[in-house]
Amino acid sequence: MEKEYICIACPIGCHLKLHVGADKSLEVSGNKCKRGEVYAITEFSEPTRVVTATCRLGLENLERLPVKTTKPILKDHINPLLKEIYSLKLEAPIRRGQTIIKNFMNTGVDVVATRSAG
Amino acid sequence: MKEYIFDCVVIGGGAAGMAAALEVEKSGFDTAIVEREEHLGGILLQCIHNGFGLHEFKEELTGPEYAERFAERVQASSVKVFLESTVMELSESGEAAGMHELHCYSSVYGVFLLKARSVILSMGCRERNRGNIGIPGSRPSGIMTAGLAQRLVNIDGYIPGEQIVIIGSGDIGLIMARRMTWAGCKVHAVIEIQPYPSGITRNIVQCLEDFDIPLYLSHVVSEIRGKDRIESIRVTPLKNGIQDEENSFEIKCDTLLLSVGLVPENELSRKAGIELSPQINGPLVDSFLMTNKKGIFACGNVLHVHDLVDYVSRESRSAGSNVVKYLNSTLTGVQNKVKAGANVRYVVPQKFNFQGDNQFYMRSMIVKNGAKVEVRAGNIIIKTVNHNHVQPSEMISISIKKEELEKISGIPDQQLEISII
Ligand SMILES: Cc1cc2nc3c(=O)[nH]c(=O)nc-3n(C[C@H](O)[C@H](O)[C@H](O)COP(=O)(O)OP(=O)(O)OC[C@H]3O[C@@H](n4cnc5c(N)ncnc54)[C@H](O)[C@@H]3O)c2cc1C
Ligand code: SF4
Repeated sequence: MEKEYICIACPIGCHLKLHVGADKSLEVSGNKCKRGEVYAITEFSEPTRVVTATCRLGLENLERLPVKTTKPILKDHINPLLKEIYSLKLEAPIRRGQTIIKNFMNTGVDVVATRSAG
Repeated sequence: MKEYIFDCVVIGGGAAGMAAALEVEKSGFDTAIVEREEHLGGILLQCIHNGFGLHEFKEELTGPEYAERFAERVQASSVKVFLESTVMELSESGEAAGMHELHCYSSVYGVFLLKARSVILSMGCRERNRGNIGIPGSRPSGIMTAGLAQRLVNIDGYIPGEQIVIIGSGDIGLIMARRMTWAGCKVHAVIEIQPYPSGITRNIVQCLEDFDIPLYLSHVVSEIRGKDRIESIRVTPLKNGIQDEENSFEIKCDTLLLSVGLVPENELSRKAGIELSPQINGPLVDSFLMTNKKGIFACGNVLHVHDLVDYVSRESRSAGSNVVKYLNSTLTGVQNKVKAGANVRYVVPQKFNFQGDNQFYMRSMIVKNGAKVEVRAGNIIIKTVNHNHVQPSEMISISIKKEELEKISGIPDQQLEISII
């Protein structure tokens, strides 16, 4: 199997090819440096992203409060996480950095407020 | 009418205004910020994604976090902040030479007048809209700029539509493609007239490819359809720059977001008689970031559109420190011209001096790997810097030390020319 990626570890943006062998071996080509190899392999085996979104707050001048994950989380976890974030209704006052969701699905990742309110 | 006198008044309390004001206040000058909105922070407050502050704080922050860190410093300082207040007019004082007057209107304080020996312009930029790009067809509702949509979704909690198409592949549009998807909308396509995307690769990958959103390069929206609300658009590919009607197709949507570029916000400056660069729409400034009006300086997106807030903060601190010198009457130095050379769209500032170090910001006109930025004065090469990669969407900055200019300091009327080769 062949997979294609654009490396985002630096602005050059090499076009990478990842070859997955019958024995599950991984081989990367098209990368100008080692970081490209690491990038393609991580994107294939366990792609993660930092998630930023907003929670309901309902203040007159701030309807939504911005939040983020403290670390990148697995892409597969993003939709359930968003669902949980959108189901919350926060109460002011809130300080920047305050934990909103603790240890989401035992991933060790928290969701914290990125803005203070109230 | 209430009147206040300051040493320095900063117009706009975004990243630029806060950094500049703090720098001036630090030296003991009475400083004020006038900000139209209810909070300090400017555009950063609606940019809830991360990717800010890697240079400034050595960690990756979201826009609101970056803004709040600066706002806390402002609150802890003696800078006077007028929120919900707009500077309506800027003019020279009729009474005292070297004084500027700012006519302000506030929904809280009413009308008031500020007088100051120095002024810093940091009003940011605004987005180009449909009028600027001229798409034919009807004028239904459901069409807005990506930045407005960003504000509606992220701050007001209002989702403007469900079936989205984005015109232009600028970073705001890309960021909004992900944001709308994560908000439960369907983003059908991003349409870009150029053969290459105008946003950075990371955003192409993480905001489009992650969600299989197609990016149509070298395509235009040739028609907008719908009566009251937009119903669909017609998309036409470009073949050698000409619309290839036969291969046009239709995309149904209820919302069209425009991400077709930003322009420095300079209505106020223009009316004040400040000379603007016709090319970038920001004030023409000397090496101290001072405009043609003595005592009026500019920094941040009002001067030229930045893609990195870290550069905004750095540039604004240097504007602030020049204001301090101006107020102390120690801002002197002959100003010589800087020209944009081959493959450089513009260079800011447009002047340099021999008295100190000079920092230049520029944009490339080309996409190239293994490029060189070359600074020369006539036949003399002052400096070359290697860049792994250059592209129009990533601003380039270069600093030239005082010593590096010694080679040419004896020669009068020297011009610098910066090229990308
Ligand atoms: C959508 C978007 C995404 C971005 N993403 C990134 C990113 O991922 N990483 C990064 O580093 N940078 C990013 N940037 C760039 C960076 O955030 C901005 O360049 C920077 O914040 C601009 O700061 P500023 O102070 O010049 O302008 P602004 O933040 O626009 O501040 C200008 C302020 O002036 C006020 N104002 C204007 N006129 C008046 C008046 N007449 N009277 C009173 N007040 C007035 C406005 O209300 C506003 O608050 C992004 C920018 C945008 C727009
Ligand atoms: S492979 Fe190396 S050189 Fe190529 S984009 Fe990735 S980090 Fe940059």
